[in-house]
Amino acid sequence: MRAADSLGFALGSLRGGRVRTWLMLLAMSIGVASVVVLTSLGEGARRYVVNEFAALGTNLLIMLPGRSETKGGPPPLLGETPRDLTLQDALTLLRSPHIRRIAPLTVGNAPVSHGSLSREVTILGSTADLFPIRHFEVAQGRPLPPMDPERGAPVAVLGATVRHELFGNKRALGAWIRIADRRFRVIGVLTDEGESLGQDLGEMVIIPVATAQSLFNAPSLFRVLIEATSLEAMGLAERDARQLIRLRHDGEDDVTLITQDAILATFNKILRALTYTVGGIGAISLLVAGILIMNVMLIAVSQRTAEIGLMKALGAPRAQVLRLFLVESTLLALAGSLAGLLLSVLGILLLRYLFPSFPVVPPPWAPLAAVAVASGSGLLFGLLPARRAAALDPVLALSGR
Amino acid sequence: MIELRDVSREFQVGDECVHALRHVDLTIHAGEYVAIMGPSGSGKSTLLNILGLLDRPNAGSYRLAGVETTTLDEEQRAQLRQQQIGFVFQAFHLVPRLTAAENIELPMMLAAVEPDERRHRVDEVLQAMGLSDRAHHRPDQLSGGQRQRVAIGRAIVMRPGLLLADEPTGNLDQHSGQEVIEVLEKLNNQGITLLMVTHDPGLGRRARRTIHMLDGAVEQGR
Repeated sequence: MRAADSLGFALGSLRGGRVRTWLMLLAMSIGVASVVVLTSLGEGARRYVVNEFAALGTNLLIMLPGRSETKGGPPPLLGETPRDLTLQDALTLLRSPHIRRIAPLTVGNAPVSHGSLSREVTILGSTADLFPIRHFEVAQGRPLPPMDPERGAPVAVLGATVRHELFGNKRALGAWIRIADRRFRVIGVLTDEGESLGQDLGEMVIIPVATAQSLFNAPSLFRVLIEATSLEAMGLAERDARQLIRLRHDGEDDVTLITQDAILATFNKILRALTYTVGGIGAISLLVAGILIMNVMLIAVSQRTAEIGLMKALGAPRAQVLRLFLVESTLLALAGSLAGLLLSVLGILLLRYLFPSFPVVPPPWAPLAAVAVASGSGLLFGLLPARRAAALDPVLALSGR
Repeated sequence: MIELRDVSREFQVGDECVHALRHVDLTIHAGEYVAIMGPSGSGKSTLLNILGLLDRPNAGSYRLAGVETTTLDEEQRAQLRQQQIGFVFQAFHLVPRLTAAENIELPMMLAAVEPDERRHRVDEVLQAMGLSDRAHHRPDQLSGGQRQRVAIGRAIVMRPGLLLADEPTGNLDQHSGQEVIEVLEKLNNQGITLLMVTHDPGLGRRARRTIHMLDGAVEQGR
């Protein structure tokens, strides 16, 4: 039998049993679509986290006051209060040749008002270097001016949302606002960058670090962002930073340093495992679809007993009957997986439409793997019914017993 | 054409052993017109199945066109069936989703005949069966007589030497049955060997040779 004829005949018999064909196509396409969409979600989550960290800045080290590390041994007899991480500590870090720049951070909440409008927002105290380190851009005006970090100035850069809520369509640059009980001049407005690690950049006001410290009466810094000179120098920068702080803190190693790479690598690993897991869950639905194909093909064999007997009487050997049924189930699986791919494209577009900031992208291996598993299960689960068909005794098959 | 020597066929039904054929000897020459008659359960169908290579005997020898068939494997018997034997069934056994022309084409498709040649031969057979205007009708759009003529067309499209008909008029009315018999007899006149199993004594009388079967054994008449 010619290949084209086998194909045509299988297509013909699929068209013949319309309900069962559609049922199986539906099952197969849902299976394939669920694999692709689920893995896309996992991959999307991974990319989302990676992007977030990239937005955090490159070659970045984050220094926190206090030591948080799980160590063995008995707890200390006397309660250890972490030493403050002061502005002077932060500025000392610049002595290391491997550290390009630093941005000390002080964070607090305070009411910000202009005229009769008032709002409670996050106040970020920092220096001019914060802007290049965190890739903040100003839409209007200018960022914090470079100046002696230990001296304050009554200037503020507003987040886009804060600007909008306080000023509406009026001009904000040059205007005076009140933060708590002090007056500040607005010198810049941040671009509307959306979210960064869950914190809305729009809902923020940035002021010089010394001013913020006196405003909140907090001598300790919240964090110090440290930018190394290069990716290779990260290790050296970390070592230098630790050493410089220890010298200032009476030999005590009481700060915590986090590299974004370490966090990123962990997240990456977790999320990749998650992607494989949801992919596996999707694959189970493919397996179910495969079993459905087997069931429906078995029904088809018993419904078409007379036809199979006839084919044998007309001189079709076992191998040919086997092949015809396998072609049929493989065609079904292939058509089902194509429909499934289409369905998953629709699903992904819908997800992108619903969550524009979440990058839903299928990992490149997912569609291939889904189609391969689908055709594989079509072939595998088609085998049993096909063998049963091929083994039918033509005499019994034709007599309809 | 056909030589059966001491052929036996037994079936195991539960604990009982049923002898469907007992030591049958039978010779049929090319071009003969033979009716096989007998009460039900006498082994007519078993004989026909063995002659059609759908079933194999437990003992004995069956030579078809000079070839010993009992030693052939399934593949070789399928090949022989394809080339040498045409079947006509009581229940027609047309594929319901295929048109008359496609049903007739089916054996050639299974035998991998070239499409051009297939179309040519299907036209020829449709014409011979008087079904040219019914080529694109499906079986459910045809009358009983027309269906059986499509089935005969399918049986002869591979130009076999032997045509086996199992009660070909059993599901037809008087008139259609007459029509079908005339078609079969015409084919026999053109040289095909025709073997027909029937209950109808009238049909049996029309055959040039009648074989009576009883309890798995052949009593040859005339």
